[in-house]
Amino acid sequence: MSETMPIPLLIRLDDYTPVLGEPEVAELRTLASRLQMRTVQMVNSTAMGGGVAEMLNRLIPILQELGLAIRWEVITGGNDFYEITKAFHNALHGGPYTMPPESFDTFLAYNEQNLLRLQMEAEFIVIHDPQPVALIRTRRDHSAHWIWRCHIDLSHPNPTVWGFLEPWVNRYDGAIFSSAEFARHLPIPQYLFYPSIDPLSEKNRDLEPELVRSTLERFGIDPQRTILTQISRFDRLKDPLGVVRAFQIVKRYFDCQLVLAGGGASDDPEGEAVLAEVREAVGNDPDVHILNLPPWSATEINALQRGSTVIIQKSLREGFGLTVTEGLWKSKPVVASAVGGIPLQIIHKHTGLLAHSIEGTAYQIRFLLSNPAIAERLGQQGRAYVREHFLITSSARRYLTLFLHVLNRR
Amino acid sequence: MKKAEQPFQFKTVSYLTRIANEVATNLTQLKQGLEACSDTSIFNHTFQTLSTYHFLTRGFSNDFAQWALASCNRPELAEHLASLDIRDYLSLAELRADLRRLVAEYCEQNPQQAEQSAFEPFYFYEAIGVEVPLQLEASTLREFRDGLKKLSHAAFHFHFIASRLRLQLRTNDFSYWLESCLDLGALARRVNRIDIYTNTLESALERIISLVERELDS
Repeated sequence: MSETMPIPLLIRLDDYTPVLGEPEVAELRTLASRLQMRTVQMVNSTAMGGGVAEMLNRLIPILQELGLAIRWEVITGGNDFYEITKAFHNALHGGPYTMPPESFDTFLAYNEQNLLRLQMEAEFIVIHDPQPVALIRTRRDHSAHWIWRCHIDLSHPNPTVWGFLEPWVNRYDGAIFSSAEFARHLPIPQYLFYPSIDPLSEKNRDLEPELVRSTLERFGIDPQRTILTQISRFDRLKDPLGVVRAFQIVKRYFDCQLVLAGGGASDDPEGEAVLAEVREAVGNDPDVHILNLPPWSATEINALQRGSTVIIQKSLREGFGLTVTEGLWKSKPVVASAVGGIPLQIIHKHTGLLAHSIEGTAYQIRFLLSNPAIAERLGQQGRAYVREHFLITSSARRYLTLFLHVLNRR
Repeated sequence: MKKAEQPFQFKTVSYLTRIANEVATNLTQLKQGLEACSDTSIFNHTFQTLSTYHFLTRGFSNDFAQWALASCNRPELAEHLASLDIRDYLSLAELRADLRRLVAEYCEQNPQQAEQSAFEPFYFYEAIGVEVPLQLEASTLREFRDGLKKLSHAAFHFHFIASRLRLQLRTNDFSYWLESCLDLGALARRVNRIDIYTNTLESALERIISLVERELDS
């Protein structure tokens, strides 16, 4: 039923020293020294694909190298289970829930089946997202510390689905959210853990300028001219049409190109429709580059971000907004909407510029293009902010701190 | 070179951020939150902010001031809140009282603005610190300098900024030890004068190392 994931060990903790500095890496080891061979289990619902699996693929080797006895388990289920959890996901983001009432029993039955295979014996058990939430049913006493890590926005959940899940969540010892805005009022302690990026991943590692240049040229983008870029799925909530409008305003004042790069248009009917609308809005403007990229385009995305003059994220709604984090990490000035987790990353006029409209977005881009020194300072401060708070090593540190806090209270 | 009877034990701290119950969507609610929130919230949004945003050396003092400016568009109140210097406070109760007083006075004088909705809510967070000793101690000024070079941001913040509340003195761990254990009062005072609002944690640490090296050379 469930499977234990093999833990990749390709990147070593020491590889982060050039990024973080020796004292910061040494301190991770100091914090972990009191947690040697403490057992930890992380459980989620997928080994590949999606932000949670991507993060666990990076986080777990770090915690293992730091001396924790950590296991990563992935629950499994039939198509009916994943249809239900997909419906949960949409409903927890505020959508309707149209599955039949017996779907809740099916959900619980799959959790129960997974428990037959999983040995939930660790001292710290971290359950990611709603899919495995009912595994806590196996808890017999309080010898283990159970934590529910919620990666999704629960600010406006469908009451039927949340009403079903909440009693399960309340049985945990604590919950972790990515933003206070995404959290619920719960009777258990709630912690704030920001999502994170890995500075050594394909999408974020340093690239040779030559590779950046050749990637831009491969897509027909002129590296010598100003480049404005939004990396996002072709999704209305990312407002690509708004980005095109903002670009058209900016273009009245500056010679520039726009890059709209993302995926999701080939396997998503709505994505295809959005892409068609964007193409229509762009018309035959040769300075707009619409790139429908396949999922294995991490290096290309990295190069597009690094080659950009300004990064845009003009979302109408957003989760945490890791594309903003990626842009900031590359020392790029970012203009983004003040929605979701973006204001947690962009402190207006300090680490980037926030906007509330198409016109505001255009104005802030014009301001940056007119003031390159300010743009450079914002980029540098943005990178510093990401280094302190939104790297995978910060996530590792937060988990270590949580485990130490629990041990100190015992 | 004098050897201290009591060595300086370097420590670090790691903070867990807990989401507190209080949320403010206008200035009146901020005032109420300041009355009701825990001391660890006050610490988080003032002392801990200096670590969170240490690389911003202009225009950023504490979370309350930043919110008053960026989300409420009240620059006058923001300036007043930003002018509070945490070095003047030996207890969080005193700091809370002044924060509350400034917001209350503004609300009394500007009742309409006090009720206006902010762009973004202010969420109160609590900073839960876990202290861990580093395998690092110093008995001489040279060892002290070598120890400083190995400090992380968190360890430096713990000894140089958060220490005031622990010591209940207008000083920091470094200055306290330099004066009381090595009789280096003048160096201790120079270290304590470093402006933590206009320096990053790195630049403040570099300045201390430079002051210590100058003392070693003299």
